[in-house]
Amino acid sequence: MSQVRKTNSFWLGLNQRKFFDDWVMLLAALGIFVLCALLIDNFMSSLNMRGLGLAISTTGIAACTMLFCLASGHFDLSVGSVIACAGVVAGIVIRDTDSVFFGVSAALAMGLCVGLINGIVIAKLRVNALITTLATMQIVRGLAYIFSNGKAVGVMNEGFFVFGNGQAFGVPVPILITVLCFMFFGWLLNYTTYGRNTMAIGGNQEAAVLAGVNVDRIKIIIFAVHGVIGALAGVILASRMTSGQPMIGQGFELTVISACVLGGVSLSGGIGLIRHVIAGVLILAIIENAMNLKNIDTFYQYVIRGSILLVAVIIDRLRQR
Amino acid sequence: MLEQSKAAASLRFNGISKEFPGVRALAQISFEARPNSVHALMGENGAGKSTLLKILGGFYSPNSGNLQIGEQTMSFRSAAESIAHGVAVIHQELQLVPEMTVAENLLLGHMPSRLGVVNRGAMVRRARELLKGLADEIDPNARLGSLSLGQRQLVEIAKAMSRNAHVIAFDEPTSSLSAREIERLMVIIARLRDEGRVILYVSHRMEEVFRICDAVTVFKDGRFVCTFEDMQQLSVDRLVSCMVGRDIEDVYNYRPRPQGGQALRVEGLLGPGVLEPTSFSVNKGEILGLFGLVGAGRTELLRLLAGLSPSRAGRLVLHDQTMMFKSPRDAIAAGVLLCPEDRKKEGIVPRASVAENINISARGHHARFGCLIRGGWERDNARRQITALNIHTPSASQPILYLSGGNQQKAILGRWLSMPMKVLLLDEPTRGIDIGAKAEIYQIIHHLAEQGIAVIVVSSDLMEVMGVSDRILVMSEGAISGELSRNEADEARLLQLALPRSRD
Repeated sequence: MSQVRKTNSFWLGLNQRKFFDDWVMLLAALGIFVLCALLIDNFMSSLNMRGLGLAISTTGIAACTMLFCLASGHFDLSVGSVIACAGVVAGIVIRDTDSVFFGVSAALAMGLCVGLINGIVIAKLRVNALITTLATMQIVRGLAYIFSNGKAVGVMNEGFFVFGNGQAFGVPVPILITVLCFMFFGWLLNYTTYGRNTMAIGGNQEAAVLAGVNVDRIKIIIFAVHGVIGALAGVILASRMTSGQPMIGQGFELTVISACVLGGVSLSGGIGLIRHVIAGVLILAIIENAMNLKNIDTFYQYVIRGSILLVAVIIDRLRQR
Repeated sequence: MLEQSKAAASLRFNGISKEFPGVRALAQISFEARPNSVHALMGENGAGKSTLLKILGGFYSPNSGNLQIGEQTMSFRSAAESIAHGVAVIHQELQLVPEMTVAENLLLGHMPSRLGVVNRGAMVRRARELLKGLADEIDPNARLGSLSLGQRQLVEIAKAMSRNAHVIAFDEPTSSLSAREIERLMVIIARLRDEGRVILYVSHRMEEVFRICDAVTVFKDGRFVCTFEDMQQLSVDRLVSCMVGRDIEDVYNYRPRPQGGQALRVEGLLGPGVLEPTSFSVNKGEILGLFGLVGAGRTELLRLLAGLSPSRAGRLVLHDQTMMFKSPRDAIAAGVLLCPEDRKKEGIVPRASVAENINISARGHHARFGCLIRGGWERDNARRQITALNIHTPSASQPILYLSGGNQQKAILGRWLSMPMKVLLLDEPTRGIDIGAKAEIYQIIHHLAEQGIAVIVVSSDLMEVMGVSDRILVMSEGAISGELSRNEADEARLLQLALPRSRD
């Protein structure tokens, strides 16, 4: 092998297999979309497209930062509770102060606190992420009920509804925020030391420590950001429903994790791309949307969603052989 | 009856080829290993020995070719099939469960039981029988994790014998054993051979191969090179030149060089594994060897220097500045860089690309505002290190786990060469690495020393320590037991200093 040829083909070493791994799920999402468009009446109607976009938004926003948790070899179960609590906190603060700014800030600050607690306990005290976030999941859910007395907190301030129901350039705001999140976190993962170090920690934490990566700090940041972004998703959801509801988002964390894994993010860490997340979120949302349009019973929907996830991970295992 | 038919059966590999995406691991390998003999497989890392053993063990299936034991032609589709045909492969990473007891490990898969309830008494009795004559001192009720590595290996051998294995393959069995454990293993292997088995033996250690083996097959780049059947006629030099196509003196290629002032002085350092206050110094441009038996505290000393474990007392003076490292980050910032002993566990991020593994430490210094990656610099740097260190990889974006050990080690060296460096700490830098890559790594070490970098090399390989160092410190039982210059050092003196004094 001559030296010249070696340098020429240096960066073209992406073989078909890597291409396949990177893009297959996004192509699958596209395929499912086209199938639905062809086979299901009303699927392409603007009303349904808008509904689909909104359905993607909450999961999509939270999945962006869940990607970082998974890529670093951890996960976060508290995000569903954070969403509910953020809506409740925003609702209460807006009701009491009549300031949208304070309300949203308080909600995001709450998310930050939960994320910091998760991150510090996991990184510094080395408690297992499953246990830590299982605990904060229940604590935060409890707090949401306590703050709201177990009842939905209605919001009257019109300014708050911009997040969920506003439009910019003819596109609903939640969808815009979701797209911005995909772009920003995709960039963060690939083009910053923070993103690359996250992947290294998930790939081999001990090697990352020896290579001089500040593992503890990065883990804390990952969870803190995840808390804030979870709260943002909660604010948007509350805005859409014009109230903060303490019981909302139960099992949401599992939906988010399934979307990531379905798209190709590795549960054991070290492998993950933003397009995996986009693909996973799209596939889940499109299928759910299609099932609703076809009037498939909710009970069956659970079975179908679970089966899709199972088949996807089995295919993934087989591909790795 | 099965026993009978196998008694004198030899093991043949018939035209075995194996390809992985982008890599041809084995090409048309054919040779025969006879019963009643120990057959060594040698060759550089990446030559295909481990792949062949994995095919033998049923972990991989070959793209073409087959195996033949006696008259029976077969090709295994799973590990279970391989075991059923009387093959046992004893891997470097043992296939045992540390949390379970010795007896449970030995009889895993066929514990004596009634209606699913394990008969513990019978299990322990059976385990004791299996260990008899191999390692009588091992308690079947002991937790496997409490055993030494050598003892665990004996458990693995006992397991192979419990399945009446006719073919036993050892993959670098002595790489983490103490001298005494190696002795015992040699005796046991000789016994297994005399019982009529086919033994395959993969090792880089010449003295073992010449001591125990009756035939040697050499591989290079996935191809069969030759088989020597008469060990009396074979010389080390002949074997080495067959493996790499070069002479053994070239491997170290030691040349004296001027040394500068003191680079690092260690004063009264104490910490986990370093049991007595330890003081020494190393000069700029000096290569300091650190010899000792396994467990003497050499790795622990390096980990203290690299900020990986906390020191209880003492201080470091680096280029006339007193330092304390609280974390590897502190040490790296000061220019004290460690290549760890266990590459897979602590060195590489396996599924990340070669370029990622090279750039991981230096990227922060070159990023805009400390966080935005400069893609151009990273590409150039990866390419520079890959070319300068002659890292064999199809591309910089290849996941590093597909590279051979030597190339992985060179990538880790490339990681540190991308950084400002004052002291380089190498813990067993050539363990499990073939001679060709070894020679390259020694040249890199020399080259760094010529640039004024102080290098500390920990090694258990006497030849290596004597071949590469300007000066040698010997450790024993958590303390420095002696110091020898290059000219004073010989095997007897080094070993004498390395042996625990309490035994004298």
